[in-house]
Amino acid sequence: MTLFSEEGKFLPILAVVTAIVAIWYAAAVWLNAPQEYDRAQRAGATIAFSQLVQNTMTQERPVLPAPHQVAAEIWKTTGAMVQRGRPFSKRSLIYHAWITLSATLLGFLIGSVLGIALAVGIVHNLAMDKSVMPWVITSQTIPILAIAPMIIVVLNAVGISGLLPKALISTYLSFFPVVVGMVKGLRSPERAQLDLFHTYSASRWQTFRMLRWPSSMPYLFTSLKVAVAISLVGAIVGELPTGAVAGLGARLLAGSYYGQTIQIWSALFVAAALAAVLVMLVDVGHKMVLRRMGQAA
Amino acid sequence: MNLLLIATLIFWIAMWWLNQRLVRVDTGTNAVAKRAIDLLVPFIFGITLFVLWEGVVRALEVSPVLLPPPSAIWERIINSVPILWADFQQTFLKAVIAGYVMGCGAGFLVALAIDRSPFLQRGLLPLGNFVSALPIIGIAPIMVMWFGFDWQSKAAVVIVMTFFPMLVNTVQGFAAADRMQIDLMRTYGASWWQTMTKLRLPAAAPFIFNALKINSTLALIGAIVAEFFGTPTVGMGFRISVEIGRMNVDMVWAEIAVAALAGSAFYGAVALIERAVTFWHPSVRSARN
Repeated sequence: MTLFSEEGKFLPILAVVTAIVAIWYAAAVWLNAPQEYDRAQRAGATIAFSQLVQNTMTQERPVLPAPHQVAAEIWKTTGAMVQRGRPFSKRSLIYHAWITLSATLLGFLIGSVLGIALAVGIVHNLAMDKSVMPWVITSQTIPILAIAPMIIVVLNAVGISGLLPKALISTYLSFFPVVVGMVKGLRSPERAQLDLFHTYSASRWQTFRMLRWPSSMPYLFTSLKVAVAISLVGAIVGELPTGAVAGLGARLLAGSYYGQTIQIWSALFVAAALAAVLVMLVDVGHKMVLRRMGQAA
Repeated sequence: MNLLLIATLIFWIAMWWLNQRLVRVDTGTNAVAKRAIDLLVPFIFGITLFVLWEGVVRALEVSPVLLPPPSAIWERIINSVPILWADFQQTFLKAVIAGYVMGCGAGFLVALAIDRSPFLQRGLLPLGNFVSALPIIGIAPIMVMWFGFDWQSKAAVVIVMTFFPMLVNTVQGFAAADRMQIDLMRTYGASWWQTMTKLRLPAAAPFIFNALKINSTLALIGAIVAEFFGTPTVGMGFRISVEIGRMNVDMVWAEIAVAALAGSAFYGAVALIERAVTFWHPSVRSARN
């Protein structure tokens, strides 16, 4: 990824990450210490500092779990599950990640297609440009994530449940960056290029297929990266109100109900990894398309 | 009832036709008429959307649980102003504003602090970009556990959500000043601080305002979603999740209307300040004439 490709970035990033992990450990000791002091006091004993540090790393329900605890939990619910041959058991994070991922991808797909269609309409129709565009922008000042639970519950009430409601929230979130990026991209050909096509007496369709569409590709993929990341957020939030059945969002909610901080953090990290992989995949697609179009990737 | 549906559809087609005509009107050099048409077209489109919504919902007798007509939502807003105001106060005036100011302020200050260290910048910038793509909203349950049910935990979520966009944009903004301009300041013998306030801060303003605008919508989302994880019995997110449980969908829509209005007003206010501060920027100048 870009993290390692550019010269001289690796070391600074490593330094910052190391610093973050160090701060995290320190914070874990500091935040979990009161609990340990309490316990020691109740037992009528004093606690040595080294013992304190050791204890704060191994609590069942720490205020802030130490990084290695989170890593162990993630391994327990992913790798260990695979080793035991049950990668899709309900206690496996792979299963929950898959539930979230499928909603994300469906929503991302619908959102991208819808966004591209809207952008094509906006570019080719003056009335649509003037009337739809301001409302597309307004639609995003509505905190749609806040409506997500309502969409889920209402669609459930009329019998639509499962994947589609979550995917619709992802759709709503992801279509916006695609519309904005594609409108910009489809308009990116220069006046001279459009004039050239005009002198060839190219039809609108030909201009679209041979000029506008190819030149919009960089814009499209930049938007798709934003869209896929935001789709994942939509799917996770969409899982919150479904009664905590399955999915990373459900794991977050269940964790917060039962005070299972380690579970929350591991779900969070899996979500982060998922986001990173998705963005990276779009990036790979971007490079492949650019290479096929003969541009430097 | 189908008469209503047909009437609605005719209204839709008529308005569509009207808009198609309006955008083709040749206003020539008349700037006022041009501006009026530019405002009128989206306005007509919006009205059409609402009429379509109302007409279709009434004509097809869609259950109000599924989608209430706009008139019912309006009635609900009028009837429950005190509740809406209390929720607005709790969520927006306390959590959103506090979190927004602290998050953006912290992002700006950190960017300022690492300005002299290219090493830290190279390390923090990719990480900041990476974190911006993560579902940060997921920290909401953790924050609720740490800071309790009241608005402080929501403000904490907003702080984390707004911090990274602000940091990344400010660092990029500080790098926006031209080499030539910085050299000029150098020949004047300007100190780092003078270069910062007189050249680099103004040059960074468009980037900073970009982050402020992005954050204005993020902040509201963060605060409302964080309330789903636990809250005192007031707040917009609380109201939405409770009323949806009771199937009072019109009340949910009323909250959404308030949220949309607050979000748009917040965004608009930031955009207005941006226009006043960055009046010299090409994107603002060209919009004026």
